[in-house]
Amino acid sequence: MTNAVVVEGLVKRFGENTALGGVDLTVSEGTVLGLLGPNGAGKTTVVRILSTLLRPDAGRAEVNGLDVVTQGDQVRATIGLTGQYAAVDEYLTGRENLEMVGRLYRLGSKESRLRAGELLERFELTDAANRPAKTYSGGMRRRLDIAASLIARPRVLFLDEPTTGLDPRSRLGMWEFIADLVSDGTTILLTTQYLEEADRLADRMVVIDKGKVIARGTADELKAQVGGERLELTVSSSRQLGAAAEALRPLAQAEPHRDEQTRRLSLPVTGGTETLAEGLRRLAVTDVQVLDIGLRRPDLDDVFLTLTGHAAEESAAEAEEPAAPTAVSAGASR
Amino acid sequence: MTTLAETVSDSVTITRRNLIKVKRVPDLIVFATLSPIMFVLLFRYVFGSAIPIEGISYAEFLLPGIFAQTVVFGSTITGASLADDQQKGLIDRFRSLPMARSAVLVGRTVADLGLNVITIVVMALTGLVVGWRIHSSVGEALAGFLILLLFAFAISWVMALVGLLVRTPEVVNNASFIVIFPLTFIANTFVPTNNFPTVLKTIADWNPVSAVVQAARQLFGNTAPSLETSNAWPMQHPVPYVLAWVIVLLVVFVPLSVRTYLRTASR
Ligand SMILES: Nc1ncnc2c1ncn2[C@@H]1O[C@H](COP(=O)(O)OP(=O)(O)OP(=O)(O)O)[C@@H](O)[C@H]1O
Ligand SMILES: [Mg+2]
Repeated sequence: MTNAVVVEGLVKRFGENTALGGVDLTVSEGTVLGLLGPNGAGKTTVVRILSTLLRPDAGRAEVNGLDVVTQGDQVRATIGLTGQYAAVDEYLTGRENLEMVGRLYRLGSKESRLRAGELLERFELTDAANRPAKTYSGGMRRRLDIAASLIARPRVLFLDEPTTGLDPRSRLGMWEFIADLVSDGTTILLTTQYLEEADRLADRMVVIDKGKVIARGTADELKAQVGGERLELTVSSSRQLGAAAEALRPLAQAEPHRDEQTRRLSLPVTGGTETLAEGLRRLAVTDVQVLDIGLRRPDLDDVFLTLTGHAAEESAAEAEEPAAPTAVSAGASR
Repeated sequence: MTTLAETVSDSVTITRRNLIKVKRVPDLIVFATLSPIMFVLLFRYVFGSAIPIEGISYAEFLLPGIFAQTVVFGSTITGASLADDQQKGLIDRFRSLPMARSAVLVGRTVADLGLNVITIVVMALTGLVVGWRIHSSVGEALAGFLILLLFAFAISWVMALVGLLVRTPEVVNNASFIVIFPLTFIANTFVPTNNFPTVLKTIADWNPVSAVVQAARQLFGNTAPSLETSNAWPMQHPVPYVLAWVIVLLVVFVPLSVRTYLRTASR
């Protein structure tokens, strides 16, 4: 499979600050690459270099086989960019915004009008189409901005945190839409703070931190790096943590981890639901009051935390739904 | 490669976008013309009584000066608007499109030229009401307006560079105020320069704004034989002097602004 995007040894400095310290990545044609990383990791910088807005200080970046520095004009003709912050003209209506961008992609007035109409419909902006974008809500602006980047049916699309600020329904709509684009053959590089989003949309992921790639692979490969399943339980009083740990230690692959504050115990296990059942039996003969117990497979949040050693953007993490235990969640006690 | 036709077409698209804003925010044009109208009335009636000009009514002397000051101030909009576009991420959007590289700036300066045309028409009508008259041929009068607009267009390109470098509209406005106020006041705009202190008079004589005003006065026929003109070369040859300034400003600031635009990265 050919690569639509090739990045090799990309370096970008802003004064003393090295935003990118030699990033390598590729995106195969027709696939989605999720670029993950905490705030300030350099995600936007990668996107800005690929969309010709910034010049790299060293390294090479190609889009559709075209060099972003020396063949910028040709690169721009084949890409679409949705930046991290919506870039719409507030005084133009939604329709005028799209038609303007269409004309600047040299689609011609007729085709621009046609595409604008289609996209307004697709992004549920038809009712607001003839109102100045000034009157749009944040989510509507975001959708309009994404529509603008799609007007010329770009072969490669860069989406910098495309669903930040969208409500859950719009986010689902956006995911469906991105899936549609991929099935039409569009190559997408998207950055996101929502790990669920990367898990769902991206074929492959690259995790960067402080301008360096710290992990790459499919979601499963990344999860495997973090380790296997864990048995997790919450007890009614922190004094019971010791007894619970004592009872479960024979099942654990490593020393159980206690958290006094949340009254939680977490231990790496193997054996799946059978181990869970065995754990319950062992606890039943103690006087430990179990409020919640479950088997948990690592999700990308864990991957992220483990790899970067610090949390993803707090707000993003909060917006994430807590990962449900994979197998059983027993509100069991005696 | 971008062809000339593509550059023109992209510039038209951008000009149209900028003019839509003028249509949607009519306050813009109201305030752009209100302050010059106020200036005309204040100077005409407050100072007019105290500033006697040999052989010509103060209204006739004043109007070309007000025109010049107004269009120069009008061109500062270029800088503020570009800074605003930059802040809102629109420059990034445009720079990621396969459009002509100069179109954003051409479209901006041309739209602001259009705004200046509207302002100057309002000014001229106000002038006619308070007693300003044109005493020359239609051709000469048009040339007078043309030279005012040409100069403003050149200043627009200077302001474009300022707007791209400064990045916040408020700062652009304040910065241009500090430069443009003295530029339009240390000149023959509102009073004859004969009685200026020597240093100030020399500055005024070589100030391109003085030459613009002088050229407009001559072309509108708002001069009188008794009205003493400085012997400095620019005052004796205002039209070529202004044209030279326009050419130099454009030759320097068009490429400089376009280059800066290409390198701008917001945030
Ligand atoms: N124009 C700039 N001038 C100076 N420093 C910059 C500039 N743009 C980015 N940086 C710095 O480069 C680093 C990477 O920034 P970047 O915007 O790429 O991060 P990010 O991964 O997109 O973060 P976020 O999740 O917050 O959007 C940061 O340390 C940032 O401060
Ligand atoms: Mg970012």
